[in-house]
Amino acid sequence: MLERVNATGLTPSFRPLRIYWERLRRGDEIAHVLTLIFASTVIGVTALLVYQLWIQSALSRQKFGWAFFATRVWDPVGGQFGALPFLYGTVVTSAIALLLAVPLGLGTAIFLSEFSAKRISDALAFLVDLLAAVPSVIYGLLGIFVLAPLLRVWVEPVLRSQFGFLPFFRGPAYGVGFLAAGLTLAIMVVPFIVSVSREVLISVPREQREAALALGATRWETISRAVVPFAKTGILGSVFLALARALGETMAVTMVIGNDPKISASLFAPGYSIAAVIANEFTEATGSLYLSALIELGLVLFLLTFVLNGLARLLVLATAQRGGLLE
Amino acid sequence: MNGASIVQKHQNLEPVHLGQKDIPLVELPIGTIKPQFKISNLKVSYGAKEVLHGVDLDVFANVVTALIGPSGCGKSTFLRSLNRMTEVVRGTQVEGEILLDNENVFRMDVVKLRRRVGMVFQRPNPFPKSIFDNVAYGLRINGHHDSLSEAVEHSLRRAALWDEVKGQLHKSAYALSGGQQQRLCIARALAVNPEVLLLDEPCSALDPITTAKIEELLFQLKSSCTIVIVTHNMQQAARASDFTAFLLDGQLVEYQSTRKLFTTPSDPRTEAYITGRFG
Repeated sequence: MLERVNATGLTPSFRPLRIYWERLRRGDEIAHVLTLIFASTVIGVTALLVYQLWIQSALSRQKFGWAFFATRVWDPVGGQFGALPFLYGTVVTSAIALLLAVPLGLGTAIFLSEFSAKRISDALAFLVDLLAAVPSVIYGLLGIFVLAPLLRVWVEPVLRSQFGFLPFFRGPAYGVGFLAAGLTLAIMVVPFIVSVSREVLISVPREQREAALALGATRWETISRAVVPFAKTGILGSVFLALARALGETMAVTMVIGNDPKISASLFAPGYSIAAVIANEFTEATGSLYLSALIELGLVLFLLTFVLNGLARLLVLATAQRGGLLE
Repeated sequence: MNGASIVQKHQNLEPVHLGQKDIPLVELPIGTIKPQFKISNLKVSYGAKEVLHGVDLDVFANVVTALIGPSGCGKSTFLRSLNRMTEVVRGTQVEGEILLDNENVFRMDVVKLRRRVGMVFQRPNPFPKSIFDNVAYGLRINGHHDSLSEAVEHSLRRAALWDEVKGQLHKSAYALSGGQQQRLCIARALAVNPEVLLLDEPCSALDPITTAKIEELLFQLKSSCTIVIVTHNMQQAARASDFTAFLLDGQLVEYQSTRKLFTTPSDPRTEAYITGRFG
């Protein structure tokens, strides 16, 4: 039987290697390998982060177990550590922030993309992007020197006299507390919502607007029933970006939340958040159990962000499928 | 019955002047069809660029009128002025007069005008909603919330889509093929019972079989509404329309019964265009 020889004069078994070297010379394989290394680095760093948090929190995890999440006591002196007040503070302040920032941000985005002149829209969008880039310590200063006094003197007394029947608006007005932190966070995340939602709204195809207009829809009907529904996936994305930022925000929250590990229904009361307690107490964490508990809090924050982002992805995916965007 | 036969049916054709001095006469069956749109001296410009330089034309009720001409001749602009969709583009100026049943469209409430004059676009543009919700959209914004399902079925039947989608009304419109999506858009426009249906190159993104279906559909629809179709496909104009207007560089060159325009055009430019010498 004749051995098959191809045009290069090599037997077939040698060809793949040769082709590989040729491609390597042309850069294809180099690009492939290099980008693969970069991509793996990203995954590696994330994995390392989780691994370190897991290992270093071992002491606390073994001592408290699941009770860590249900314990309200945070007593470094007595060696009792529970995450509940911090979880509560983080979730409550983020919820206040989104409650205020979503309508404000979405309304601004709709105005900028649909109603205002293009020049004004572009100028304002630039300012909004600038706001997103302001360091959070500046927002913290704003919170301490402007928001907190304003809340203490005006807003909280008025809320208490008008809505005092609700448990959220009772108790002494301190200024600093859940409400101040939530408000500061709201101001910080509005730019994210505006910036992303505006882009998404602007990129809704002209055909979609015209389809609604040609059916006799008014301008507002076109916006509310064709443009916004078309953009809702992207708008949800901007909301979750804002949520991620609010959950993890450290500096500004630390400055205005009051730093008191207590759970109170009143939004006027001071509280504490996960990120704030880590930042505040890390340097003074004497004893390995204290340190380990703080690291476990870090792990909890990481998981919280991870789970919420995962849920967000699922939600976006589900709405996209219902709207048929993926079919 | 194809487009030309409506003219054949009326043997007592008489020459009628359509309004502009330099436009050739048109054979029309007098008394059998009435004008729906009367357009005089229509000028449209985008910014400093004028794209229509004064067009006079009457669109007749319950026939299919085709607008043909090379790209950029202003035929789409002309179509879009009929329901004032030109105003959607910033910086557009419209001059002249358009009468819809003797009512000036520029003095009408634009929302009401568009409910009377529906439109179908070049690319199928269903909303990212279910088939049912797409068709019901126009009804809902008009405040109709009762017997929606009958109205939706009726519109889908008129658009010859009912049999293909009846079991899956709550599936996404995006799951349909391109031709089905375009017929869905026609059904959506028909749902609000427009007097006029404007179609802007509705078949340019579709294959020949689907195109034939839509042409067949136009033929069935003209008994209940007036149809104006922009097309860059001359065969389509010849097959599907009763009247054809030929536009060139923002001017109306010739407006005739379709049969006459394609067999014995009066203007040498029309002849050059339909025989494929330019455009």
